[in-house]
Amino acid sequence: MHGVQGFMYPNEIELQWSILIVLYPYITGLVAGAFILASLERVFNVQAVRPTYRLALLTALAFLLVAPLPLQLHLGHPERSFEMYLTPHTTSAMAMFGFVYLWYLMVVLLVEIWLDYRKELVLAFRASTGLTRRFYQVLTLGSNNISPASLRIDDRVGRIVTIIGIPSAFMLHGYVGFIFGSIKANPWWSTPMMPIVFLFSAIVSGIAMVMLLYIVLNWWRRAAIDMVCVDTVARYLFYAFLVDFSLEMLDLIHRIYEADESFRALDFMVHTKLFVSQIVLQIVVGTLVPIALLGAMQLVRVAPRVRVNVYLAAGILTLIGIFAMRWNVVIGGQLFSKSFLGYTTYKLGFATKEGLLPAILLMILPFGILAVLLRILPPWEPAASHEPDAAPEAAAV
Amino acid sequence: MDTSRRDFLILGSKMFVMTSVAASAFEHVLAGTPEAAATYNTADHWWAMVIDIEKCVGSGHCVKACKLENGVIDEPYYFRTWVERYHVDPLDMDHPKVDSPNGGIDGFPETYPDSTTTGKTFFVPKLCNHCVDSPCTQVCPVGATFRTNDGVVLIDKDYCLGCRYCVQACPYGCRYIDPRTNTADKCTLCYHRITKGLQPACCETCPTGARQLADLKNPKDPVHEFLRTHQIQVLKPQMATGAKIYYSGLDGSVR
Repeated sequence: MHGVQGFMYPNEIELQWSILIVLYPYITGLVAGAFILASLERVFNVQAVRPTYRLALLTALAFLLVAPLPLQLHLGHPERSFEMYLTPHTTSAMAMFGFVYLWYLMVVLLVEIWLDYRKELVLAFRASTGLTRRFYQVLTLGSNNISPASLRIDDRVGRIVTIIGIPSAFMLHGYVGFIFGSIKANPWWSTPMMPIVFLFSAIVSGIAMVMLLYIVLNWWRRAAIDMVCVDTVARYLFYAFLVDFSLEMLDLIHRIYEADESFRALDFMVHTKLFVSQIVLQIVVGTLVPIALLGAMQLVRVAPRVRVNVYLAAGILTLIGIFAMRWNVVIGGQLFSKSFLGYTTYKLGFATKEGLLPAILLMILPFGILAVLLRILPPWEPAASHEPDAAPEAAAV
Repeated sequence: MDTSRRDFLILGSKMFVMTSVAASAFEHVLAGTPEAAATYNTADHWWAMVIDIEKCVGSGHCVKACKLENGVIDEPYYFRTWVERYHVDPLDMDHPKVDSPNGGIDGFPETYPDSTTTGKTFFVPKLCNHCVDSPCTQVCPVGATFRTNDGVVLIDKDYCLGCRYCVQACPYGCRYIDPRTNTADKCTLCYHRITKGLQPACCETCPTGARQLADLKNPKDPVHEFLRTHQIQVLKPQMATGAKIYYSGLDGSVR
């Protein structure tokens, strides 16, 4: 049989979960990670990362809006998906997705963004005319009081929402890990480490994404890059990466040392079908290299221009590495037979319902949404946007 | 009581709307209740199957009968039941050679002639294990798949989202997505037949009687004698799924 080595149960030969299901944990991970970066400033008072605060929130929102789409596209009956809200099956991990998602979107992210932008929304409403005025009026939700006392309340409530938001972000992505980690039939997935590994890889990918966006958008705007901010973000990325890598290695070492009934099959898979995506892309290119790059920046002081480029490279490699990690979990978990006697092949289509093209479009979409959000709700500090050429050297970085 | 025509119409239409809503809501409540034949009481039965490995000759009749009886899509990779051939070499007992050409539907080519090879060769029919603690029903996000009172795991095709989580959760590879309906599908133990007192198609057509339907709640069922006199094993007991396909003579190498 083409693409099959050894023996697969006949129903296993075709993969069930496609590249779209790879995107799902990738995108929700970016959401959770970006939000956790934002909460560093808000809750833990890390002032240095303040310039990324709003950008991180908007990034989280842009990706969160796209997060359910790959799932929806993947369903055999998308028109029935609403049944998950009406008649959720309480023992199903998947049934909770809708509720976790709505909680995170409606209670955490939208409220926090609204509170943080309320003053600007009211000012924009007052300063504009015509349709724009109406638009901003709707966004203010009729709450026009921007007295210092009122803004103080906003700030306090915002802080509380963020404090609720952190466990919610943990829940959102830890939960996605649980969807895989709780499948006892699949030894590649079934581990209590899965939620925590997903969580830390989410933090890593979210921080990397916001860092990249911050650097690229400031180049685009010809604005100065706040090096203290970028250095701090990169340092947090480095720390999160160390934890993430340690957890993944712990999982790996544990599997190798225990070498249970599934080990031979999984080991063979990692050395053959998953070699490029797991060993090369995920571990070497996507983890060891960026950790080395970020680590080197902690040890040696180099010019800002070089540092930014190193961060950029590290960030891009990180995003590739985390994508490869999601791929290896989702696709890798379906390449071997549950009989441990054989392997199948994933055939990725292009312009099919679950092919490469829709996957690429779904990955571009959040950036489109983000572009709109950046226009409606500019995240930039007023000082920076007013003097784009104030620090030409830094801007040229 | 004075009731104007207007009041009557308002009240009447309110009742009409509420009754329709309640009726359609009740349909949702009923989703998951098996179709009951007039004389059939689910509480009186507890269905299982016994498979005698030593009797199976790998004819593939069960696979063919299942596909015909249940309209299973007639292509490879979609099987409610299939037959595997195991060949265990004494020097490598942990790693048997297994094949199942087109699910064994046309039988098996002779690959291991008795005279030339050492080791043993035998057939293992597989189907849904109708587990008591089935992982597939546990993970279904809407409860479209469920276990009936009489111990059969079924799927409500009008409710299934086609998310494929159940396919991932089944340790035995018994489920697939039917490309015609985009919903999950698998063995029903021929529920439409057994509730009418008939045998499942696979048992009915097995030339050696290797597959026997069993009603564990029926004291007169010959299965009780079989269970008393045979060593019984289920597939992957470490999965603790409460599998109810009981194999006699199952080799330890089978997974």
